Amino acid sequence: MQEDHWHELRKYTHARIATGRAGNAMTTSEVLKLRIAHAMARDAVQSEVQTEYFNEKLFELGFNVQQVNSQALDRNDYIRHPHKGRLLHAQSKEQLQALQIEQTDLCIIFADGLSADAVNIHAIPFLELLLKDLSFWNIAPVILVKQGRVGISDPIGEVLNARISMILLGERPGLSAPTSLGAYITYQPKSGNTDEKRNCVSNIQPAGLSYEQAVAKISYLLHEMRSQQISGVKLKDNQKNNYRL
Amino acid sequence: MYKHTVNQHVFTFSTLAELMAKASPLRSGDQLAGVAASSYQERVAAQMALANLPLTTFLEIPIIPYETDEVTRLIFDTHDQENFKTIQHLTVGDFRNFLLSNDTEAEELTALQKAITPEMAAAVSKIMSVQDLILVSSKCEVVTRFRNTVGLRGRLSTRLQPNHPTDDIKGILASMLDGLFYGSGDAVIGINPATDHVATQIQLLKLIDTVRQQYDIPTQSCVLSHITNTILAIEQGAPVDLVFQSIGGTEQTNSSFGINLSLLKEGYEAALSLGRGTIGNNVMYFETGQGSSLSANAHHGVDQQTLEARAYAVARAFDPFLVNTVVGFIGPEYLFDGKQIIRAGLEDHFCGKLMGLPMGCDICYTNHADADQDDMDALLTLLGTAGCNFIMGVPGSDDIMLNYQSTSFHDALYIRKLLKLRPAPEFEAWLIRMGMMNDRYEITGAKNSMRFLDDLNGLTL
Repeated sequence: MQEDHWHELRKYTHARIATGRAGNAMTTSEVLKLRIAHAMARDAVQSEVQTEYFNEKLFELGFNVQQVNSQALDRNDYIRHPHKGRLLHAQSKEQLQALQIEQTDLCIIFADGLSADAVNIHAIPFLELLLKDLSFWNIAPVILVKQGRVGISDPIGEVLNARISMILLGERPGLSAPTSLGAYITYQPKSGNTDEKRNCVSNIQPAGLSYEQAVAKISYLLHEMRSQQISGVKLKDNQKNNYRL
Repeated sequence: MYKHTVNQHVFTFSTLAELMAKASPLRSGDQLAGVAASSYQERVAAQMALANLPLTTFLEIPIIPYETDEVTRLIFDTHDQENFKTIQHLTVGDFRNFLLSNDTEAEELTALQKAITPEMAAAVSKIMSVQDLILVSSKCEVVTRFRNTVGLRGRLSTRLQPNHPTDDIKGILASMLDGLFYGSGDAVIGINPATDHVATQIQLLKLIDTVRQQYDIPTQSCVLSHITNTILAIEQGAPVDLVFQSIGGTEQTNSSFGINLSLLKEGYEAALSLGRGTIGNNVMYFETGQGSSLSANAHHGVDQQTLEARAYAVARAFDPFLVNTVVGFIGPEYLFDGKQIIRAGLEDHFCGKLMGLPMGCDICYTNHADADQDDMDALLTLLGTAGCNFIMGVPGSDDIMLNYQSTSFHDALYIRKLLKLRPAPEFEAWLIRMGMMNDRYEITGAKNSMRFLDDLNGLTL
């Protein structure tokens, strides 16, 4: 085995550099490290939202919780047919309509996305922090979606008469971040909206954007959307990086 | 209307696009688009009907209308009718036999490059097996030059891809040095920037250029921003070697990328005007990938592999230095698993080479695709035997900015050793001169790396 003697460069990046080699190949320990990282990412894609945990925690936070499904039947259907993950299942739509929700300021949606583990880990601590900034907001029942993509926040927000819909879901897992959460926020959610209507805050995880940073950013966006009555590319982020930390 | 009868069952295909799509080997993107064959038998029946089709059909029937698509116009208006005479009597099936013939060699294939439309290349690829794709590709030789020579027989180059999630200069530099010590970077040192700020792009270009000049490295640099940003960077005096752009096979796809042929021409001419190439004037770096048109909702009912070949017609109008099919990046809704990614990579390399392009491949996958490192090893080995011009070099396979896995610096050393392939000659001479490669063409572990590190600590960037 041949070591690389430029280890000092590793302090500048978390890329897999100066790892040494066995002949020309990656060393056994590096190969296995890569393999376990891939395994974690693969498992994250197949993971499922822990509904009992969410029911319990959200109940403690004073929320009514509704579980719904997209039109994707299972993980395979979801991966092969992205559009199905953006559409609300007919029964779920009826279920939400039956709630007869009057206008609310905000609906909060949790979906598995491509890493339910990300939602399982980050969603509740993130929400607890965010709620401190939303004391006077009228918030709809929290929605838990199975096999959901970003776009499903439109039909859900629409049926709940929410002025703003916010969906938090697991991002496509990378090797260095198998459980990272993304937030997509839309003013006046309705079916047919496209991505330029949304604001996105991504890479929410301890090694990326911390809960505190994410809450500062999202809270800013929510308040701006409510006062300016717009979202997406039209909403200029004048806050820049001066997050309140 | 196209027909083929198998065991008294008549399969019919109403348009050329339908015939091509149904003849295409199975992939999830065509299923998603609703254009794939609905059974194995229908697919083979379509391949049989396609094999009987004269090549001239593709000159009579545009697969996307000439009037409404500038890519179709480009294909028809630049067709080399003179050299086409050699093959105009052939059917698609005959064409496969001709390509595989022991009498058909590199020189003849080179002469035919512009006589072969993307649709002809795509059609013949659909009836070819993996070994056919590899063998015919291996006969083709497409050589390009800027500061070094890429694509010579017996050579395999790499794009050094030192990405960093926040474009941190030192982070990028660290990965770049790691790559150079591993003998990577002869195709290009190319960074995918995390932002689309022109100022950042210029800073990154200056970084690579400073290091390149400091050590007199015979290679070229690129920051893979939108072409409009690169044009701005050129106007602001940035050291732009190669102009990058993602391209697709329909006018609408390109429009979704914010480009058209005249914008590409503008970027091409801007780069040429700088005259930075020392031994050649191939200045463009294009990336493509099956599925981009469907993803942009701009596929016109045409299958993704045919559309990919049409993107090569766009590329070849600008004499590119590198064309890279980023095969597994797009995700499993287009290429579902390792098997589909492997076949697609070989098809793309074949079609591109046949059409005269300096094809490389980003041998890669995402974590929601049903693929793993073993699949990439297989594709790497196959593309090595097929004579692929270049592959990517990413530290430990793991791109920490784009969140996907590509080939590592180690992978490139593996395939070079296995198949006795060497880097671009000018770059190889530099590696040897620097003591980073020995006379058996093995990397040495850069015993002098400390000199680099000391020097670079003193660099003002």
